[in-house]
Amino acid sequence: MNTRKFKDAIAKKIMFSFCVFILSLAFLIGFILYQKAKPILGVQNLWQLLLSGKWHPTTGQFGMAGFILGTLWVTLIAVFIAVPVSILTSLYLSEYMPKRVKEFTKPVIDLLAGISPVIYGVWGVIAVVPFVRDYLMPFLSENLPFFPFVSDNYTGFCALSGGIVLAIMISPLMVSVMGEVLGAVSFEMRETSLALGATRWQTIKFVVLKKAWPGIIAAIILGISRAFGETIAVLMVAGCSIQEFPKSIFDTAYPLPALIANTYGEMMSIPLYDSSVLLAALILLVVTILFNIIGWGILFKSENE
Amino acid sequence: MDKRKIEENIFKGLMIFSTFIIFGSIVFILVTIFLKGFPALSFDMITKTPKGGYYLGKEGGILNAILGSIVLGLGATLFAFLISVPIVFYLNLYLKRKSKLAFFIRFSLDVLWGIPSIVYGAFGFVLMVFFGFGASLLAGIITVGFLIIPIMARSMDEVLKMIPQELKEASYALGATKLETAVKVIFKQAMPGILTAVLLGFGRAIGDAAAVLFTAGFTDYLPYSLFKPVATLPLAIFFQLGTPFPEVQERGYASALILTIIILFINISARMLAKKFNKNIVK
Repeated sequence: MNTRKFKDAIAKKIMFSFCVFILSLAFLIGFILYQKAKPILGVQNLWQLLLSGKWHPTTGQFGMAGFILGTLWVTLIAVFIAVPVSILTSLYLSEYMPKRVKEFTKPVIDLLAGISPVIYGVWGVIAVVPFVRDYLMPFLSENLPFFPFVSDNYTGFCALSGGIVLAIMISPLMVSVMGEVLGAVSFEMRETSLALGATRWQTIKFVVLKKAWPGIIAAIILGISRAFGETIAVLMVAGCSIQEFPKSIFDTAYPLPALIANTYGEMMSIPLYDSSVLLAALILLVVTILFNIIGWGILFKSENE
Repeated sequence: MDKRKIEENIFKGLMIFSTFIIFGSIVFILVTIFLKGFPALSFDMITKTPKGGYYLGKEGGILNAILGSIVLGLGATLFAFLISVPIVFYLNLYLKRKSKLAFFIRFSLDVLWGIPSIVYGAFGFVLMVFFGFGASLLAGIITVGFLIIPIMARSMDEVLKMIPQELKEASYALGATKLETAVKVIFKQAMPGILTAVLLGFGRAIGDAAAVLFTAGFTDYLPYSLFKPVATLPLAIFFQLGTPFPEVQERGYASALILTIIILFINISARMLAKKFNKNIVK
């Protein structure tokens, strides 16, 4: 074998080992976090940790239900705002907007996705929190004095503020995935529908969406999983004091990622504290991996059809 | 007007409204940050390190964080680049388009891309403790590097997929090995796309806060050693906004403006570079 062939063979082996590394990285992260979460799992039952709302590290109580509900609550608000807006925007971009203008929109969406989470947080503190505090909260809680609008938190740092900021953070991802899904619907199908006398909206409703809905669901799943893990921006605007059960969109919320970020510094000083925080990270990892497998799985499957 | 037309117009109106929200929000964010940050911006902020009591409102600047973020970003980008390039070349040259392995690698890159940065941060923290060193520039570089590998590898892969099969075949026909084809033909051809991917990764590396919180630490000094903690701009913003002093918070807004300008600059230069190098591509 000459040297050139030899080099090629070596390079192939090296490249392959990098691929093996990347294939196993998710497992590696999971394994390492599991090793560190073991001490607490040895002492307390997993379900008990997940379902109990009592979080008092100093007395050895590490119930995470409050944080899990906080995550779900903020995510629910974000999804409620972001999903309709993202679907309608991606439909407008793919079905109505002239191609030349569309070329210009992609970099803007990419930029929105590329802005640092901290910047979103700063924007939330400057713009969203005062707006919620001075206008939305007084208006809604006076005119609609029932669930989920009643609250005694007048600071503006609340689940809704977190939800609004998150909604804008997850929209670019959803719009770009949905855009690709809609772009994959063949033009012949649209033209057939239009030729039969359907309006554009009817074509969208009966042809495009019918064909694209699995992909749109996938985009929503990916958006939800992105919302689960977002840390710093939510930490800055959601108030972050623990609630047993979310009662209002104007109450504070304390999601799981914010808990992990906040315990930095103190978690080494109390026994089992670090273990429970790393268990929280492991839970986050498992949930986001599951959501991503489902989301990308749907997308790959519909791509192959 | 018939019912169909009314429905059409209602939904078209809703779509335009939603599009306006999405594109309006980016303008809103940029304008807000600029209006709030610009008045507090001063020459001291970008040329001085924090003096004692900076976070209580005393003198100084955030040069330590600006430089720290750039050094950490460069290091993480280099680390991620060195891992991503072999992977995407293996995917596109050595594996067949329909191969199962290629599918699994692409799939796991997508999944890794979805793992939150705080989880990478926790992972980096555990590794760091395991290997027995404290919060440092090196730990930050490795953690953030892991975070941006999927981002870089996915966008490089998109570029390499586009390279015409004929080009590879022409190179093989001349007797080149796959490695030579990769280095001498594909790399040149894909240059603009690879540069864009690198800059995207760099932008993400500079902007992320959750991954560096545990691993890079924070310091008032300029970065000078791989094994010492390093300050980062997102954390500097986070800490300044967290103080109860209005004048420090104002500086936080100014720091946010600096970070925004850096990220805008990286994004725009990524596009310009891609355009410039596009001329050299064999079509």
